[in-house]
Amino acid sequence: MHEVSLMQAALTIALNHAEAEGARQIHYLTLRVGIASGVVPEALAFAFDIVSAGTAAAGAELKLKIIPTRCYCPHCQQDFQPADWVYECPACHNISTDIRQGQDLELASLEVS
Amino acid sequence: MCRNCGCGASQTETMTVDSRQVLHLHQNLLAKNDRLAEQNRVLFSHLLALNILSSPGAGKTALVQRLLSDLDLIAVAAPLSRQDGPVKAGVIVGDLATDRDAARLRQTGAPVVQITTGTLCHLEARMVAQAAQTLNLADLDLLIIENVGNLVCPAAYDLGEDLRLVLMSVTEGEDKPLKYPTVFKSAQAIIISKIDLAEMVGFNRAEALQHLHLMAPQALIFELSATTGEGLANFYAYLNQMLLRCPSKVS
Repeated sequence: MHEVSLMQAALTIALNHAEAEGARQIHYLTLRVGIASGVVPEALAFAFDIVSAGTAAAGAELKLKIIPTRCYCPHCQQDFQPADWVYECPACHNISTDIRQGQDLELASLEVS
Repeated sequence: MCRNCGCGASQTETMTVDSRQVLHLHQNLLAKNDRLAEQNRVLFSHLLALNILSSPGAGKTALVQRLLSDLDLIAVAAPLSRQDGPVKAGVIVGDLATDRDAARLRQTGAPVVQITTGTLCHLEARMVAQAAQTLNLADLDLLIIENVGNLVCPAAYDLGEDLRLVLMSVTEGEDKPLKYPTVFKSAQAIIISKIDLAEMVGFNRAEALQHLHLMAPQALIFELSATTGEGLANFYAYLNQMLLRCPSKVS
């Protein structure tokens, strides 16, 4: 459950920015969560309710944008989206170790007032 | 347009909707840890830092214990051109509770720092930085960080290590890499441990290697037993090679 630590980090960033803008309330937060980040989105949502209680983000909506994995195949010299956790190039069937997208864990935006 | 979430705003633009404002931040949640890990990497630049990960009971402590007792063997595999003798190792070990692992490892005479994380399921760079202050890093060639037993959470946290080792024991079965892909994909080296028990538990070696090939083609694989010593020579030769790559190791 490192999702609690991650959600706490997201909330700290959000609260700092909201305060800097003179905002009193956070209405929603958008997080970009890569499939290959090792994070369980449901656990993030669960953690958010706990860590946001009593803060300016209490009751805010948590929007999770799931980012698919993309790999690069050096043989075919092109990106591809793997079907699962085996990063097999659909063209040449070699297994890629070059992950180009999908490890994201990012606080993308928030709405405040 | 915002290139990340496609929301129509520039990275720094602030949109006003009635009295509501949308702030576009695009901040990495692990940025703080990553920054501290880079600071650790500077602190560790003269030594080889290992981050050892596995599920609880896969044999991390047994391997580290054996390694600490065999430090002279690492030098024998390809002697370091150092004037001051064999490899010097220090250990940082993380657990939720107790200093049992530290006590076990201190029997080897090596300096050991125990981090008790309480409820935290992983080590973070700041905890390692703090623990490292109590070790005399300048005197060490090898820093072994034994992470909290967990195949999920520690994978996300860079500690500033040079090498990430992931252990899977034969007693856990062949399908660990399929179940926990993230951690195996993050490893430079993977150790199949407790191979002395392989036959007894009906471990299917070919299947395990096939799973590792599919999930972690980037990793080197070692098969060993810290109890019987089988397979350790290859692993030690590898460590030695990695030690020699540290710029200030050869002096």
